[in-house]
Amino acid sequence: MLTKENIAKIDALRGRYPTSKALVLPALWIAQHQEGYISEEMMKEIAQVLDVPFGHVLGVVTFYTMFHTKPTGRHHIEVCTNVSCMLRGSERIVEHLEKRLGVSLGATSGDGKWTLSEVECMGSCGTAPMVALGEEYHENLTVEKVDRILEGLK
Amino acid sequence: MEKLILPDIKNLHTIGVYESHGGYAALKKALAMKPEEVTDIVKKSNLRGRGGACFPTGLKWTFMPKTADKPKYLCVNGDESEPGTFKDRQIFEFNPHLLIEGTLIASYAMGVTTAYIYIRGEYGKWIHMLEKAIADAASHGYIGQNILGSSFSTQIYVHKGAGAYICGEESSLMNSIEGERGYPRVKPPFPAQNGLWGNPTTVNNVETIANVPLIIDKGWEWYTKIGKPTHPGPILVGVSGHVNKPGVYEMPTGVPLLEIINSYAGGVPGGKRIKAVIPGGSSTPVLRGDELEGVSMDADSLKAAGSAVGTAGLMVMDEDTDLIAVLARITKFYHHESCGQCTPCREGTGWLHKLLNKFVAGTAAVHEIDLLLEVATNIEGNTVCALGDAAAWPVQSMVRRFREEFERRVVQPASAERTEAVA
Repeated sequence: MLTKENIAKIDALRGRYPTSKALVLPALWIAQHQEGYISEEMMKEIAQVLDVPFGHVLGVVTFYTMFHTKPTGRHHIEVCTNVSCMLRGSERIVEHLEKRLGVSLGATSGDGKWTLSEVECMGSCGTAPMVALGEEYHENLTVEKVDRILEGLK
Repeated sequence: MEKLILPDIKNLHTIGVYESHGGYAALKKALAMKPEEVTDIVKKSNLRGRGGACFPTGLKWTFMPKTADKPKYLCVNGDESEPGTFKDRQIFEFNPHLLIEGTLIASYAMGVTTAYIYIRGEYGKWIHMLEKAIADAASHGYIGQNILGSSFSTQIYVHKGAGAYICGEESSLMNSIEGERGYPRVKPPFPAQNGLWGNPTTVNNVETIANVPLIIDKGWEWYTKIGKPTHPGPILVGVSGHVNKPGVYEMPTGVPLLEIINSYAGGVPGGKRIKAVIPGGSSTPVLRGDELEGVSMDADSLKAAGSAVGTAGLMVMDEDTDLIAVLARITKFYHHESCGQCTPCREGTGWLHKLLNKFVAGTAAVHEIDLLLEVATNIEGNTVCALGDAAAWPVQSMVRRFREEFERRVVQPASAERTEAVA
């Protein structure tokens, strides 16, 4: 369920667009920020709040890769493997992360602590290789730097 | 060259520092002109889009109807998802008010009352930075009703994407703002006739818009003298891959690629030879290291060399690079990012990726080299949007320019008779 504050946040954005359908992406962002992922119940609620069909919301959620329909681990590590990162050793970073966390790309650890995802170019090509943890970019990575980042995460 | 888009001024991202360095003076100057005069100056400046297609910006603005019977929109494209591209991010971070000022001038020139700056969802941190700058500009009277006491009113909103390369395509971007899946639209009608919610709309790249205040401030004559006259101005070149100093470098258009690599970006580590260069983001055709002499970073030169400026995201690959692995990664990207709307792209990108995986594994047959070309050629030009072309060009150029690399990776015939049988 969306909190009252978050429904108010969605309502505050209505003046930005001539249709309520345009609020589907902003509302999904607010919902995902609240819950960490977007459940079917949440999609139904957003459909109702914005007066659009549930199927439309579902279609949008499943089209965009940043919307998650399942909870991710407490720490979601996204590692770019696209060309610029690849040329600067992202493969070594992936190998190291998989070994150290005991999860393969695309998986969540059994204790729910880690999710490791491969992502497409994140716009960090000049500071490659990189991983993102939420909105934070960690750039110019080495294996040692990865270890230091992981040690700082509870 | 003096840096204009990303000058070395401390705290330029704050409105006070921006104003004290002449910020928002161009807006004031523009508001004292007629809107069509502003468009005319931009047209005469020869500013060409920095998002990939190099389309003349002023000409694009003239496609907007002059009538005011419908709301008009401006979309500023900050989706920045083309692999190898990381320049707009620098503008959000270091000079957001230049972007805001450009957005306001463009809106005034076209009679736009709402501008959306579309930013990829991964750039959360930079979205916060830009939103702060927008709030500051609004509180200083630059955004909103009767801007600076004039009769011009407009709003600027940030719209956050959610991880879809295709939303950098202008019609997908508009669908994404409307709350739809990011499917490209069939053109015509073009956005200037039928864009956001069926209304006249112009879509310009972030860096393109950031050039506008410079042109208004110092004049089109001054601007056309920067770099190549047919494609003038400062350009942000992002250099990545095998160079000693990767990063975004501002320079005039027309700087030789070898100078960018060796002077700006500090050369190739270990003094290695350059095997290949992708000059403008992953969709632009690859060039061989031995054909870079005389090629410069501008539309005409790169076109003549058989490639394109694209987003000026220059990816450098040294002599030890496995180009087959690089191309396999590129085809994986386009397969992942194909929206699935058009069959040639949906099926073709997957087919290309599967074929490339065979070359990587060494299980491809010799005829599959030409099959790569055939599949790519059947995607190119047969889709609603340019993603199909973007997926085809890297494959076509890599096979044509590095055929020997593919030939080395096919299943080697067991005997001479077998070779004859295949031939």
